[in-house]
Amino acid sequence: MHIPDGFLDAKTWLGAAAVSGVAVGYGLKKTGEALQDRQIPVLGVLGAFIFAAQMVNFPVGGGTSGHLLGAALATALLGPWSATLILTTVLIIQALFFADGGITALGANVLNMAVIAPMVAHCVYRLLGGVRPLSIFLGSWCSVIAAAAATALELALAGTVPLSAVLAAMVGWHLLIGIGEGLITCAFVAFVRRSGLLAATGPYDEGEGKIA
Amino acid sequence: MTTTGRRESKAIAPKLLLLALAVAALLSPWASSHPDGLERVAEDLGFISLAEEATLFSGWMPDYLFPGLRHEGLATALAGVVGTLLAWVAVLGLGKLLTLARR
Repeated sequence: MHIPDGFLDAKTWLGAAAVSGVAVGYGLKKTGEALQDRQIPVLGVLGAFIFAAQMVNFPVGGGTSGHLLGAALATALLGPWSATLILTTVLIIQALFFADGGITALGANVLNMAVIAPMVAHCVYRLLGGVRPLSIFLGSWCSVIAAAAATALELALAGTVPLSAVLAAMVGWHLLIGIGEGLITCAFVAFVRRSGLLAATGPYDEGEGKIA
Repeated sequence: MTTTGRRESKAIAPKLLLLALAVAALLSPWASSHPDGLERVAEDLGFISLAEEATLFSGWMPDYLFPGLRHEGLATALAGVVGTLLAWVAVLGLGKLLTLARR
């Protein structure tokens, strides 16, 4: 759901850029405080994996596709602010080198996919008491739907398209895409957990350190 | 922090990087070429043309195709590998910088 240049007016993309600028600044501070040295290699490889996975669109039926967002995944393994930094970096690389997501829309894309999506996944993990298959699936699903809804709101705010039409259409497709997000995230976390990583660094486990 | 924890996370990082590179090189050429959710909505609601009119610049590898390669699958795979390595280095560097500032 990378917004290209041309979909948003100046007031909307400037506003979104201001909000995400503040959020990313806060994320830098929080992650700088809480990230443990042993988590740094994980941070890096999650950036690599999320970039790669975002290239692999899967069909969801009706001639439409979706791809992993990765916000719920990074949140499950490291915490929401680390997820914000990872996703922001990936989005910058995509916009600068691959023309995926507009330069002017970067702030809005960061807000939707790097700030709102991890925050929603984080809230679901907190509400459901940790990172387990069901909460991972729901957190992933909700994170995608929330990012889609935010995208729709921005498009409506910009006067590009009426809210009722774009909100229903965006949320409708992402109800399906979110299922793919949930399945991939569950599988990836299970793979990492089996290797023992999550037990050592899981941000939602009792007795673990601060949420990074 | 236990030594086991450190050893485990050290061991998993290279494996995950290999997995990411494999996804980028081997899966991305097979990705669905259908429009994604937002593109589909923009087509259905009639505002997709706004993007085509407004492209500011097309970047180094537009559409995830490495320039100068005629084979599309190969161009996608190479763009994927380059982007994955870029993302890895950038995020790893950011993590190191953040914790450096802490010391």
